[in-house]
Amino acid sequence: MDYLYFPGCTLKGSSAWQMENTALEAVACLGLNLQELKQWQCCGAVYPLSEEEIITLVSPARALYAAAESGKPLVSLCSACHHVLKRTQVRLLNDKETREKISCYLEEDYPGEARVLHYLELLRDEVGWQALKEKVKNPLQGRRIAAYYGCMLLRPSREMCFDNPERPRIMEDFINILGAEVVNYPFRIRCCGAYLAVTENRVAEDASRKIVKMALDSGAEEMTTACPLCRYNLEKTPEAKQGKVKISYFSEPLSEALNLEVQEVKP
Amino acid sequence: MGKPVNTSDRLLAEIKERSGQEVNACIQCGKCTAGCPMVEAMDLLPRQVMLLLQMGNEKEVAVSRTPWVCASCFTCGARCPRDLDLSSIMEAVRLKVLRPRDAKVLSPGDLSVEMLKELPQQALVSGFRKFSR
Repeated sequence: MDYLYFPGCTLKGSSAWQMENTALEAVACLGLNLQELKQWQCCGAVYPLSEEEIITLVSPARALYAAAESGKPLVSLCSACHHVLKRTQVRLLNDKETREKISCYLEEDYPGEARVLHYLELLRDEVGWQALKEKVKNPLQGRRIAAYYGCMLLRPSREMCFDNPERPRIMEDFINILGAEVVNYPFRIRCCGAYLAVTENRVAEDASRKIVKMALDSGAEEMTTACPLCRYNLEKTPEAKQGKVKISYFSEPLSEALNLEVQEVKP
Repeated sequence: MGKPVNTSDRLLAEIKERSGQEVNACIQCGKCTAGCPMVEAMDLLPRQVMLLLQMGNEKEVAVSRTPWVCASCFTCGARCPRDLDLSSIMEAVRLKVLRPRDAKVLSPGDLSVEMLKELPQQALVSGFRKFSR
């Protein structure tokens, strides 16, 4: 099946290229076709929480209009992109006034709903865990991996509809399929401090450190995430710097388990 | 109970316009505060921000550190029994401070070259989106 792919700014930069490289190699191996959306632009990184703020919805709406017109689902890897695209789609569906204003800005009629999928949903709902399991050539036996969800994929759950917001399991199921040992720990859905890394880095470091320590105490060797900012914050902790725990993008253990040789092409 | 004072009415109407949230629906149960991962860095608890807004005490909220260490993680909203979205209320408070004065809490000059080099784009875009207008 064909999908449109929305990379977002961070995956094309120096921080998260390895998430894109590994994930795209993996879908090719799974028989899916992800075509990069033409002329995409930054989603804005945060969903505007003020109802009067319309203009910042135009950029994600532009991607959604293009996806709806193509009839293909829109897939992203970065959890912030997915969050913004998904919530913008929900808003377009339910808020006629906003929809009309955005259509005026874009000088285009609203083309209807675009299906917005995160890559993990693509694996779970389109590929299916069983089909993925059959492709695993190099099970990650003995690896103790903790899932780190962060905030953006799960909340607000009424709009994201990603998984149970308090007891999610998609990442644990995924780690299981790859043959690794799932590490359960309480802070897997707790915020890492996000963009406070820019203005209040001590607060972000404290928040991230609590999460990393909890994962370590629960026996994790590796923590895996779908969010470049989460990864950055977790990697800034002394525990990660000292090499006590490895922080990865979820697509990295995936490509290892599929035994793919991923070219390290940095942007 | 007498009629609420005008400042409170005006403030709550302004917050509602921006956030769509009814601050007066808060019953002060403290679930938001119990779940907040940033609460240790806050001078006012999320619950106290709600109470001060209900009382029309705009001044105390405007100078508080709390809205600026809120990371919009949406945990408070997920657990509020009155279904209030506190993240949007905090955003409304930030906008109230940022917009009228065209204040820039964060400008590129505030960041070291090292930070600019190593922060992911996502952090820069969201930081500037949240803390400058």
